[in-house]
Amino acid sequence: MSQTSGTVLRTDGVDVVLGGRRILMDVDLTVRPGEVVALLGANGSGKSTLVRAALGVIPVAKGQVRLFDQPLRTAPWHRVGYVPQRMPASTGVPTTACEVVRAGLLSRRRLRPGSRAQAIAALDAMGMAHRANHPVQEMSGGQQQRVLIARALVREPDLLVLDEPTTGIDLDTISTFVATIDRMRRAGTTVVVVLHETEAFASMLDRAVVLRHGRVVHDGPPPPARAEHAGPQHEHAHPHAEPPRDDGLLDLEVIGGDG
Amino acid sequence: MIEMLTSPLMQRALLAAVLVGAAAPVIGTFLVQRRLALLGDGIGHIALTGVAAGWLAGALAGLTPPDVLALPGAMTVAVLGAVGIEWVRARGRITGDVAMAILFYGGIAGGVLLIKIAGGTSANLMSYLFGSIATVSRTDLLWTALLAGIVLAVGLGLRGALFAVSHDEEFARASGLPVQFLTSLLAALAALTVTVAMRVVGLLLVSALMIVPVATAQVVARSFQRTMALASGIGAGVSVVGLAVTYWYDLPPGATIVVLAIVIYAVVTMVQNARRHPDLSIDPHPDLADDVRVIEET
Repeated sequence: MSQTSGTVLRTDGVDVVLGGRRILMDVDLTVRPGEVVALLGANGSGKSTLVRAALGVIPVAKGQVRLFDQPLRTAPWHRVGYVPQRMPASTGVPTTACEVVRAGLLSRRRLRPGSRAQAIAALDAMGMAHRANHPVQEMSGGQQQRVLIARALVREPDLLVLDEPTTGIDLDTISTFVATIDRMRRAGTTVVVVLHETEAFASMLDRAVVLRHGRVVHDGPPPPARAEHAGPQHEHAHPHAEPPRDDGLLDLEVIGGDG
Repeated sequence: MIEMLTSPLMQRALLAAVLVGAAAPVIGTFLVQRRLALLGDGIGHIALTGVAAGWLAGALAGLTPPDVLALPGAMTVAVLGAVGIEWVRARGRITGDVAMAILFYGGIAGGVLLIKIAGGTSANLMSYLFGSIATVSRTDLLWTALLAGIVLAVGLGLRGALFAVSHDEEFARASGLPVQFLTSLLAALAALTVTVAMRVVGLLLVSALMIVPVATAQVVARSFQRTMALASGIGAGVSVVGLAVTYWYDLPPGATIVVLAIVIYAVVTMVQNARRHPDLSIDPHPDLADDVRVIEET
């Protein structure tokens, strides 16, 4: 444990077993403050499982998980914002967007929901303030996704963890969303994002971690940005520390079928 | 009317009915949202074992009447059973419906077995199975008021956190919420509700008072808060009206209350369906931007 200090998220030799099957094997992942890290890999490679285990949603069979250099039991949960893949299936009890977002203000030490004003502000950041009092059951998948993102944003997190946030969202919303994340990144927020397509995020990724069959097979520079992102008109704020390695691993289905 | 309200027996019964009718749907709203609508039923069944166990303890201790420990017994066994089920379910050892089925069967069988050992007969269990609000004593009322007060205070006081685990357990975990504690607490509250409602509607109909008002409220309400408030109001209303009806007509109170609740549900659903006549010409998402441009060829 030489370098535990100053990490936002760290897993050491993590194994996850679900339903008698080992989904993750010996995963080491270190995310430092201010980094934007993409978790890539094919379906079933274990990327969602990794973020779920790192946030204590599912138990770890072996190894250690630390958030802000603390074990999960004592982690500063109010600094973590999580956006799951989708909203849980409706059970019929109507629930407004505002109610969902206010639930985002709870954490270990805070069992009472926050103010309505905070929730509305977070919804506004996702362009959903006008729908605050509408039941989420009546919203489209993309609108529900925006509510879930607002629920994470309302925490004003130092670590934002997103599980395929752009799946099923139209292009306009994606660009608003990416702009919001970029603003947070500039303000120092650390971002871990599970992606199928790196395209939308290409300009801000510092690092990519690629999983295959539950193991980390690459931890380094992200896949090269495609033409429109590397083009002269595109602001590329993050020069990479080292040139992308040509080890053949990055070109797998990571970019999601090279168009 | 005045006559009904001046009878001390009826006063006690009405007070118990209001408290139970208002408290049960509060917990029921969380249960419906967690897809555990039948949990109350499972707990109701296992509480029967508790009733018999209390009876047995009372008989062994030589207390009179032998059922003075029935309510504490029901409460203890119901809480232990509910929290146990939640614990087992959380560990994924057993699915919710199988766990529930085992509670149903085990609870009834255990109750019938124990009451026999205590020297009673299954007939002694009838008043617990179907309620006996007409015989509410001063002590019963105190218990009911106390437990209903606890259920309301905790259920409403922690409704933010209970809503969070009920709506999205995964996010609640990733927020650091004490999920196991909160779900166990909810199970315990459900068990307390079952025990207080036992005297009003009976163990077999307990769950109806928790669930049917919620089912009615969610047809018209547009938010979780409203659903809960409305359900609580409906619960209190049907309990009082149902009970009052049995003052003039010789009907079993528990069944009358539940049938009334179901009738209201049916009426509300039909009215709502008639009002919301589907207008197929309206764009369901008028505020969504178009992202596909259709170019018409000439």
